[in-house]
Amino acid sequence: MSLQQEFELLRRVPFFAEIEPAKLKLLAFMSQRVGFDDKKSVVRQGEPADAAYLIIEGEADVVLEGPAGPITVATLGPNEIFGEIAILCDAPRNATVRARGRLVTLRIAKDPFMRMVQEFPNMAVSIMQELAHRLEATNNQLRTATSEVRRLREAAPAA
Amino acid sequence: MKGLAAVAAPAEQAPRARRFARSGRRRAQPAGPPPLVEPGELEPTIYRFILKYSLRQQIFLLLLTLASFPFLYYSLELPKTIINDAIHGKRFPRGVFGMSLGQIEYLMALCGAFLVLLFINGAFKYYINTFKGQLGERMLRRFRYSLYLRLLRFPLTYFQKTSSAQIIPMITVECEQLGGFIGDAFVLPLFQGGQLLTIIFFMFVQDPMLGAAAVALYPMQGYVIPRLQRKVNALVKRRVRTIREVADRVQQSAAGITEIQANDTVKLQLTDFAHTLGVIYDIRYEIYNRKFFVKFLNNFIGQLTPFFFYSIGGYLVIRGHLSFGALVAVLAAYKDLASPWKELLDFYQNKENTRITYEQIVEQFQPPGMIDAGLLLDEPETIPPFTGEVSAANLSLAEDDKSRIIDAVSFTLGLDEHAAVIGQSDSGKNELALLLARLVRPTGGRVTIGGIDLAELPVAVIGRRIGYVGSAPYLFTGTLRENLLLGLRHHPITAPVYGDDGLARRRARQLEEARRSGNIDFDLHADWIDYRSAGVADAAGLAVRVTEVLRRLGFEEDVYAFGLRGRLDPAANPELAERLLTARRALAERLVADGITNLVETYDPSRFNSNATVAENLLFGTPIGPAFEFEALADNTYVLEVLDKVGLTDDLVEVGREVAATMVEMFSGLPPGHEFFEQYSFIAANEISEFAAIVGAVDGAPATTLPPDQRRKLLSLPFKLVAARHRLDVLDEPMRARLLEARRVFRADLPESARGQIAFFDPDRYNAAASLQDNILFGKVAYGEADATVRIPEVLSEVLDALSLRQAVIDVGLDYNVGTGGSRLSPAQRQRTAIARAVLKRPDLLILGEATSALDGPVQAKVTEGVREEMSGRGLIWVLHRASLARNFDRVLVMSAGKLQEQGRFTELNHKDSLTALLMAAE
Repeated sequence: MSLQQEFELLRRVPFFAEIEPAKLKLLAFMSQRVGFDDKKSVVRQGEPADAAYLIIEGEADVVLEGPAGPITVATLGPNEIFGEIAILCDAPRNATVRARGRLVTLRIAKDPFMRMVQEFPNMAVSIMQELAHRLEATNNQLRTATSEVRRLREAAPAA
Repeated sequence: MKGLAAVAAPAEQAPRARRFARSGRRRAQPAGPPPLVEPGELEPTIYRFILKYSLRQQIFLLLLTLASFPFLYYSLELPKTIINDAIHGKRFPRGVFGMSLGQIEYLMALCGAFLVLLFINGAFKYYINTFKGQLGERMLRRFRYSLYLRLLRFPLTYFQKTSSAQIIPMITVECEQLGGFIGDAFVLPLFQGGQLLTIIFFMFVQDPMLGAAAVALYPMQGYVIPRLQRKVNALVKRRVRTIREVADRVQQSAAGITEIQANDTVKLQLTDFAHTLGVIYDIRYEIYNRKFFVKFLNNFIGQLTPFFFYSIGGYLVIRGHLSFGALVAVLAAYKDLASPWKELLDFYQNKENTRITYEQIVEQFQPPGMIDAGLLLDEPETIPPFTGEVSAANLSLAEDDKSRIIDAVSFTLGLDEHAAVIGQSDSGKNELALLLARLVRPTGGRVTIGGIDLAELPVAVIGRRIGYVGSAPYLFTGTLRENLLLGLRHHPITAPVYGDDGLARRRARQLEEARRSGNIDFDLHADWIDYRSAGVADAAGLAVRVTEVLRRLGFEEDVYAFGLRGRLDPAANPELAERLLTARRALAERLVADGITNLVETYDPSRFNSNATVAENLLFGTPIGPAFEFEALADNTYVLEVLDKVGLTDDLVEVGREVAATMVEMFSGLPPGHEFFEQYSFIAANEISEFAAIVGAVDGAPATTLPPDQRRKLLSLPFKLVAARHRLDVLDEPMRARLLEARRVFRADLPESARGQIAFFDPDRYNAAASLQDNILFGKVAYGEADATVRIPEVLSEVLDALSLRQAVIDVGLDYNVGTGGSRLSPAQRQRTAIARAVLKRPDLLILGEATSALDGPVQAKVTEGVREEMSGRGLIWVLHRASLARNFDRVLVMSAGKLQEQGRFTELNHKDSLTALLMAAE
């Protein structure tokens, strides 16, 4: 897998889709390829976030460490990215991500990423647009969920 | 000496300290005669210094000079005889020493004699000059040594007031001229003066009147010249002082370079410096003016005397009172008078200069409060451990202005107790530590241990039985080991064994020479390490002990890391090199066993290493020296030759073009000076446009069409490529195969002369130029494996432990060079080094003054515990920078405003409203 291919992968991630190709290539170049063996943790819940990861090969489980023990809430596959929100807002990791079989990722470290955002305002705009889309989607989901809750409540017999 | 007697010889007769010194040294140097007593006070004037230490040599020099006179006289006389007698002479043959010689034989005999005389004169001159030089150097050596010894006796406070930059030129350059002067100090004035007197005497014999005329102006010269010289002297003094200021200023600028740049005070500094240089210029200019005026005056008066000769002499001849011949003879003699007179004047000026220099240096080396030389150097026969209690009685320390830093502090502490001293930073707690360690003398009261007053003990006792570490300990330039063992090296323990007879003789001569100049005559090459006081039997035991102490202080890992990064000379330690090769094999096996071979890409002569740079792949070895530095490889003619041989040059240029194109594409949008260039780019910011031009010029056409300098630029890029890391996909399989071919050719064709400049990787050989870690790993940690950077050090450590190699690695780590003043260590590492140094000598009482202030919290607790374990059963007084650390100590002393306010157990003191509670609350 070469830099060119990583760049192609990144381009397909909506988060980075609108960024100028040269800049995105630079971001890929500054990122590291990191491989994980089966069951190895990529990030751990509660730890400070220092990088986002793009899955190049393999799959990863997203595990929530709750009081009742770990629950796998999702499984991510190739071309999926995780940890990108955490590096934007300095939040600790909200879940553990663990390799499921051999996993190869592209590790996009926080510092070069943030420096690029500062350097190229276009990048910030692209990211803002992507986040706005996501917010919009989340709002829609919330609206649906709220009306669903209201409908269920009204349907339930008064106790 | 009462205290010393009690410690050193409890018997009824208390021998004087000086005798200890001798006996102690004789033990160390069994073969040599007893050394000279250390120089005492400095002589106030240079002539007293010369007379005191070189009277015999000066007399010898005078006699030698006198002895040379007859030969000199005859060598001047003989030419006259040759001309008048041998060449112009008649009456041949002649009898000489019973032989009958013809004119030619006679001439030849005289010329032969002349030749012999020339040789004798030359020999005399040669010997006298060498002797003078040797005498001067010895005296200079003695003087410098006494100055340095005095420097070591200075009170600690001295360097708060005086910069070391002022002292350094005194010991180095300023005294340099003394050596040259000392050889001439008596000989020159007596020789030239003698000549002068002889000529004057001759003139008086010819005619008293004319003689009187010749010297008529001498009284005037004798009166005026010293007066003028006095002004010059004052200027010379000022010049010396100003030059010292320059030294001081330069040192301050070097130390304060951060502040100068941070505050943009550059121009002020320059102006200030230029001003001082201006002052020196003015002084110098005035000195020249006056000095040459003295010369002018002297010359003028010298020329004036013939006036008297012509007028008075002429008058006397005309009147018939004086023969014409006598006048001519006097005039001729007067011409000879000029040379010695000039020499004497030069000597006088030089003497004045040297005298002032000497006095100005000596004056600086007389600070008040100097430590007694005896206390500093005495070596008691035995130094038994302290017993009993440490007791401070009414201890006080006042500043010059009488304000009290320590005010009547009294306490008693068992030598098996651990006490913490706490207080605010200006409470006097650090000064208390210095007083207890006898590094500062109290202005009132005293400190005793087992009833012995510390003030009376020689440094030999204090420095070995008491340990002290301050908050900013000093490390000496050298290895970590030398710094750690500093406290064990008091005097030579075992005389060195010189296998080579010539070397032994050379050393003996060096020591003899040291004695002649009153220098200490210990052998620097002896084994100075006092294993007994470290509680071990030999070097091997000491190594184990050092490691133990390092571990207690949480410093072992750091030194282990230094060791892994360090180098080993396999020739000096073949056995260890062999064991490290075993570790290399064991590690390889371990990687296989753990299934983690993907974490390290081993150096394989027949395979391309995708985690190493192209340069490393090509060289397949470690460069020694600058010739094959990786950065400069593209400029190395041999490397280029090899690339041509395997036909790789054009392809690598093409790779360079591709790399350049990618870099230009990615980086050209960034402003120059952006940190990404430094961190990620192959091309520096200032070169990006140049490469952009090259890439643009090629634009699809083969790179071979480029001019040579652009090709060379492109060629420099691929060498930095690491395939696995950069993922630029420009090195395909065939290319890699040809790089392997280049590797083979590089090694096979390497000229004999370049063989020493590279240490090739060889699976079965230890690589002296590579670090320990690189030797064991024998490969590159893989890029892109999440675990590699954590797992590999772990596995490495386990492998080394299994082979019992940890100690050996630490031993190599102890050879780490700490840099100037320990600058290559962090402050925390410096502090731990200093504590380890103090602990290693096993003092009866260890005094620490905020000695762990640079350490992080958790480490601090560990170090505190470690030191307390180490000192259990012995005395410990620890000035803490945080009150909470005092919790576990046997006793707590609380200082405030120079007074001991509270003392007791921590729990007793830590109640509401106590000072301790306040200090705790303030943290």
